[in-house]
Amino acid sequence: MDGKFIKFGKNLVTTDEFVAEGHSFCVGCGEALALRLACKALGKDVIIANATGCIEICTSPLPVTSWRVPWIHTLFENTGAEISGIEAGLKILMKKGKMPERDIKCVAVAGDGGTSDIGMQALSGAFERKHDFLYLCFDNEAYMNTGIQRSSATPYGASTTTAPAGKLSIGQTTWKKNMAEIAVAHDIPYVATACPSYPFDLINKVKKGGEVKGPAYVHIFSPCPTGWRYPTDLAIEIGRLAVETGIFPLYEVENGRYKLNIDRPKLRPVEEYLKPQGRFRHLLDGEIAKIQEHVNEEYAKLKAKVACFAA
Amino acid sequence: MTEKRLKTGPDFIWRDMEVGNIVTEAGSAALRRTGDWRSQRPIIDKERCNKCGLCWLYCPDVAIKLLEDGYYETDLFYCKGCGICAKVCTREAITMIEEEEE
Ligand SMILES: Cc1ncc(C[n+]2csc(CCOP(=O)(O)OP(=O)(O)O)c2C)c(N)n1
Ligand code: SF4
Ligand code: SF4
Ligand SMILES: [Mg+2]
Repeated sequence: MDGKFIKFGKNLVTTDEFVAEGHSFCVGCGEALALRLACKALGKDVIIANATGCIEICTSPLPVTSWRVPWIHTLFENTGAEISGIEAGLKILMKKGKMPERDIKCVAVAGDGGTSDIGMQALSGAFERKHDFLYLCFDNEAYMNTGIQRSSATPYGASTTTAPAGKLSIGQTTWKKNMAEIAVAHDIPYVATACPSYPFDLINKVKKGGEVKGPAYVHIFSPCPTGWRYPTDLAIEIGRLAVETGIFPLYEVENGRYKLNIDRPKLRPVEEYLKPQGRFRHLLDGEIAKIQEHVNEEYAKLKAKVACFAA
Repeated sequence: MTEKRLKTGPDFIWRDMEVGNIVTEAGSAALRRTGDWRSQRPIIDKERCNKCGLCWLYCPDVAIKLLEDGYYETDLFYCKGCGICAKVCTREAITMIEEEEE
């Protein structure tokens, strides 16, 4: 680690890598890129509590580790509790003079399954108690590490191994759970959505979330070539299409005030996002129209919330 | 780096484990070669490259390195051959070619 930066216009990105090369994420994994960028944003003064999932498995193959920052593996159901304990522990040690006062960011890292299904209760408690921590959900829209099982974050119409598409089913029959809005409902100081196809936006949001006093939540859209069944070179395009179709809008909610970070005057048709992905290949026009209608509605709702706080 | 620490994969047996399964070196996964996963490799054409660094920024595998002269180079010890760098390059300076059996 040499603390150098590479300049991209007005953005500086550190050359330090806090997650070492040699990890075992799949070829072209969007989650690996999202993690790499998020860790650059956080820097070295962090403690990471990481639920089971692709990130944990791919970065900690015994006898080696990818981590260059303090890291602990948690179960699915207690990531929120564990990061609460770490934060409270550091606070009391510093108060008692058992360790020097300094700013150490407490960061929880989990997948969509670990967040919107199994870890929800502990996370809700940590939000409610107002611990000073940042929670990063890396959303690849299924339980990928164990072989593409559906989660509540799997989008409508996607085929997974536990909700496969076939003669009698279109695959996932429920709409994606909106985890960012659930975080907003806890009235915490900072919530944001991000995607590695927009690296500077992602870095800024993770940085902000780490600096905010109190709980912060960043929901990171993480394209997964293996589970979504698209060619390994397409992660960045798929992420951009998710944003430009309005399927995954990039926004921030600071102290309850909504702001859209990317707002195209006209959304691209959802079909452009669905078509390159094998998990949606079976969808017929009627289903695609239904998804389009849902996206339009959700996007309009979001715009209305943003409009409340405009000017 | 002791001989023992270099063992990974099938060469590694339970006797090589530290007591308590402790991992003693930060970032030691960098010992692992992931380049042998690759079925295609990126070739960077310096003539076309304008040193923008987008390939470096978007590589999920930290397999693009910045050189002293500001150009970038692929690190084939780690590169898994996804092709993302070639896709994000706006100058078409990176092409993917098939790997051949050795
Ligand atoms: C309580 C419990 N149930 C099941 C598992 C098995 N398991 C390990 S990783 C994983 C998938 C995790 O999915 P997600 O949180 O979305 O992360 P991803 O792997 O998709 O990044 C599962 C089901 C487990 N470790 N613990
Ligand atoms: S299954 Fe998906 S998220 Fe997991 S390592 Fe592979 S590409 Fe990445
Ligand atoms: S092909 Fe993929 S892994 Fe290899 S250098 Fe390019 S982006 Fe990195
Ligand atoms: Mg997942």
